[in-house]
Amino acid sequence: MFSLEILQFYWWFIVSLLGGLLVFMMFVQGGQTLIFSLAKNELQKDMIINSIGRKWELTFTTLVMFGGACFAAFPLFYATSFGGAYWVWLAILFCFILQAVSYEYRKKPDNFLGVKTYEIFLYINGSLGVILIGMAVSTFFSGSDFMLNERNFVDWQTPWRGLEALANPMLYLLGLAMFFLSRIGGALYLINNINDEELRANARKAVLKNTILFLPFFLAFLFWILTKDGFEYDANGVVTLSKYKYSLNLVKMPMIALAMTVGIVTVLYSVFKGAFTKSIHAIFPYGLGVVLVVTSLFLITGLNNTAFYPSFSNLQSSLTIKNASSSHYTLNVMAYVSLLVPVVLGYIFVVWRAIDSKKITKEEIKNDQHAY
Amino acid sequence: MAELASVDWSRAQFALTALYHFLFVPLTLGLSFIIAIMESIYVKTGNKEWRDITKFWLKLFGINFAIGVATGIIMEFEFGTNWANYSWFVGDIFGAPLAIEGLLAFFMESTFFAVMFFGWDKVSKKFHLISTWLVAIGSNLSALWILVANGWMQYPIGMKFNPDTARMEMENFFEVALSPVGIIKFLHTVTSGYVISALFVIGISAWFILKGRHLVMAKKSMIVATSFGLITSLFLLFSGDESGYQAAKAQPMKLAAMEGLYKGDTRQGLVAMGILDPSKKPGDDKDPFLIDLEVPYMLSLLGTRSIEGFIPGIDDLVYGNETHGIESVASKMEKGKIAADALKIYKEAKKSGDTQTAQDAAKILDENMKFLGYNYLDKPEDAIPPVATTFYSFHLMVTLGGYFIALFLVVTYLCMANEIENFPKLLWLCVLSIPLGYIAAEAGWIVAEVGRQPWAIQDLMTVGVGATNLADTNVKISFTLFAVLFTTLLIAEIKIMSKQIKIGFESHV
Repeated sequence: MFSLEILQFYWWFIVSLLGGLLVFMMFVQGGQTLIFSLAKNELQKDMIINSIGRKWELTFTTLVMFGGACFAAFPLFYATSFGGAYWVWLAILFCFILQAVSYEYRKKPDNFLGVKTYEIFLYINGSLGVILIGMAVSTFFSGSDFMLNERNFVDWQTPWRGLEALANPMLYLLGLAMFFLSRIGGALYLINNINDEELRANARKAVLKNTILFLPFFLAFLFWILTKDGFEYDANGVVTLSKYKYSLNLVKMPMIALAMTVGIVTVLYSVFKGAFTKSIHAIFPYGLGVVLVVTSLFLITGLNNTAFYPSFSNLQSSLTIKNASSSHYTLNVMAYVSLLVPVVLGYIFVVWRAIDSKKITKEEIKNDQHAY
Repeated sequence: MAELASVDWSRAQFALTALYHFLFVPLTLGLSFIIAIMESIYVKTGNKEWRDITKFWLKLFGINFAIGVATGIIMEFEFGTNWANYSWFVGDIFGAPLAIEGLLAFFMESTFFAVMFFGWDKVSKKFHLISTWLVAIGSNLSALWILVANGWMQYPIGMKFNPDTARMEMENFFEVALSPVGIIKFLHTVTSGYVISALFVIGISAWFILKGRHLVMAKKSMIVATSFGLITSLFLLFSGDESGYQAAKAQPMKLAAMEGLYKGDTRQGLVAMGILDPSKKPGDDKDPFLIDLEVPYMLSLLGTRSIEGFIPGIDDLVYGNETHGIESVASKMEKGKIAADALKIYKEAKKSGDTQTAQDAAKILDENMKFLGYNYLDKPEDAIPPVATTFYSFHLMVTLGGYFIALFLVVTYLCMANEIENFPKLLWLCVLSIPLGYIAAEAGWIVAEVGRQPWAIQDLMTVGVGATNLADTNVKISFTLFAVLFTTLLIAEIKIMSKQIKIGFESHV
């Protein structure tokens, strides 16, 4: 049996990895925001929607899994963030309800709200949903306005219940960076998945355009977190503000710094490959790069004695991987369960390959009885 | 503790989500198996007609699946948004089944879902068939873990209270996962889903037969569905009986409310039908029923497996019954207060470094812990769930369950005899029975959830304590938004489903 400390570290890594996978899978959301700009006719639009529509459950499942892992491994975070930042999370959920039905209902006869409405739903999910998730994650760095009582019940200090985050301009940096990143991912995926030269050419342009828009926001976000004060706790769990905390975390954990650097370079390489070469495989290095960068970002918020969900109204209410985690027993049981992750990844790989081995063509969409 | 109005709105919101979720998920649970059986016949026989039949039902499955997933994610996150205190209190136990559900079941279901719909011409027949079965197994495994978690709320075991963290912590995963209440809850719930699906397929097939369309395909669909429905409805009867037995052991107050039973007795009869007297109050001598019809001894038999068994009534459980060793709620409230005070003393002593006082308080807390939740009741009568809602829901469910068995028996017989199209009235009855399956399932859900009030976790936490500390305006707004959105999506689904049914099998031939 592993020690509690090791299991807390392990579970923070798993949650971080799930965060990384979730952001990668958001190429689906990115693709949804490209349907109006990339497609030049109705058939191309159908091809795009059918292409990303075959992957939507994976993003959805990863989001559910991320929530489930937080609940199981760090229940105090789950209770504090979801219960406290009520409106932000509900807004995110609304965006995801819209997505779930839109693919299936859009083209069905008698669909009541009309084709366009469902396409707008997909756009809302792809834009607002992603931006809000990015802003919610940003509060890991900025802190939130909550207190915990002696029974660890959350008391949010503002009546805005999470909406106050919208007033913090720094939080938009990651939100918008994620929005453009997901569009890069969407375009790279469509290049890989649809066998249509015109669409591929348009997607390559979209990769470049969205990278140009993504970089300023991402670099500004990096500058912000690497220069700001962080929330550090000592051996007794006492939280204090610490200068350049997140930069120091990268210095003290060089493997994470290396992973982040490799991730950024890999994403840029995938952009180059997607935008300037004839390759259709850039989505794969993109995925690897995104997972590395996002996982690293999550890791520096929770490791090296950093409070990952800080409270700026009462520093001592801040959540750390020590005070927010499940018990030793539960983390241990869950660690055994997590050994099945490679099996799950294995069959996802097999299914992905089987379905995507034949690329989507105009003929397929025209003749498919279950086309979205 | 959250304000009462906010709690009530949160309860309403969760009930709304659960009720909508439970409109869509049961069909998914059963229809996935019916489709898998149909596809198996296709793969086995190579008969293309079975492939077209499979594809038709698959389309209806897909339309329904999407909204089931959407409402499911809301429920998962509502634990956090609306029941934050509860989430912390039980997260150490409750989170594990939910995470396992996501990892083992939901991923399987959603990954193979893509093959099921888009893999017809991309993967081999066998790979496709395996995918269809895995979707069915995955969706049912999802239900297993969710209901294990729900079963734990009804019958909390395998845990201990940690006064340092002020929460329940898991001590034995297998006790939680294999809880008899959780397992029987799973079996009864999924089986109700199978019955709903069978009624759905039979009803639509009957409509085609009545209209004289796709006669062969409709009859083939009907025979698969009615056989499936007959077997599962019989199992539903047995699992229902076992559910009642478990309720008698773990939640006697729920059983008393289900039966409108105030004064317990041995050789207790089961109320087959009855009308409750709305003026009846706990502790008075009024007859609870204006009219009732009893099956002698049956409740004792159901609850204790013996006609001599004593079944406590609401009055016994609230005011105590010395003869049968039942403690009153007032006494439990006293002990609950002792537990809460001991927890407070423990916390303060720990803070000030007074180890001895902390140890003494921990001992008192441990002795009275199982009554902690009673500390939050204002009066003993607060421990009584809404009796009329529970009673009528239970009896509606049971009556409909009996009707379904009879219907499946007759339809199976007539299908076997190839006579079904000669009974148009029966066919219309099949069509009209589609909503009855949903009504029965929703009634069952109401029995399970309303019947356990006021507890979020039986005896340990009331819903009032478990709720997030929110102003009621927040929840009123979110409730309204959810109500509008879910209703709109339901209308959309019904319209789309109806159109697809009207189009019929042609589009797949």
